[in-house]
Amino acid sequence: MDIFLFILFASIAVFCAVNVVVQTHPITSALSLVGVMGALAVLYLLLGAEFIAAAQIVVYAGAIMVLFVFVIMLLNAGGEAKSAGRSQMVRWLGIPLFTIFIGLLSYIVQRSVPAGPGVSFGQFTGGTPRDVGRLLFTQYLLPFEATSVLVLIAILGAVVLARKEIE
Amino acid sequence: MTTAVPLSWYLILSAILFGLGVAGFVFRRNIITVFMSIELMLNAVNLSFVAFSYQLRQTDGHIYTFFVMVVAAAEAAVGLAIILTVFKNRATLEIDEVSDLKN
Repeated sequence: MDIFLFILFASIAVFCAVNVVVQTHPITSALSLVGVMGALAVLYLLLGAEFIAAAQIVVYAGAIMVLFVFVIMLLNAGGEAKSAGRSQMVRWLGIPLFTIFIGLLSYIVQRSVPAGPGVSFGQFTGGTPRDVGRLLFTQYLLPFEATSVLVLIAILGAVVLARKEIE
Repeated sequence: MTTAVPLSWYLILSAILFGLGVAGFVFRRNIITVFMSIELMLNAVNLSFVAFSYQLRQTDGHIYTFFVMVVAAAEAAVGLAIILTVFKNRATLEIDEVSDLKN
């Protein structure tokens, strides 16, 4: 069952990721990216990261991608023009070379990761909101506060950038 | 009956997603698509963090994933504001036409 779920959602993630890169229209890419994030949330659940799976859906697929779609619609971004001035070699060699690169990378990862018992659902239960929250507010309190300052600065920067006219 | 999934499969999936993100970042010319490729790379790294967190039976990887999400949110807000400003001033989204810092 685990392996079936992994293969199903991993293929959804890879398919949608290829779609993100291949599609010429930004709105199609954005919706495919939402697909990647949803599939990754299921994989997080399989890995026992309940809180991160929920945050993935809420923060990434919910907030960040809505921001993207909002900007795409605001700018009325159309499809990309056909790539002019790009050599044909890139087009024909790119995909095979990319596949070979991924194959080599997979081989190296396969070789270098020790074969353990593997990942099965329910074996690790340290990813509940309680565990994450306890760690976040004890050991990682200072980085947590630093991120709050970072988000504040980002909000101010976004407001300043979006309203200023640069001559 | 559950069959365990090898940890390396998760890492390989993460590598594939990261590679696709790099390909999109390098080859696409629409600023928004390039930006989405960066998000794809961040997601791939998050998957690695969570997979290692499972392997080591520690929650620390989840915390790092959480921080990456916060940074991604901040980056998306500022980056999209920059894209808006670029579009307001130049009326284009092609990265090849925004080349003031070249040379």
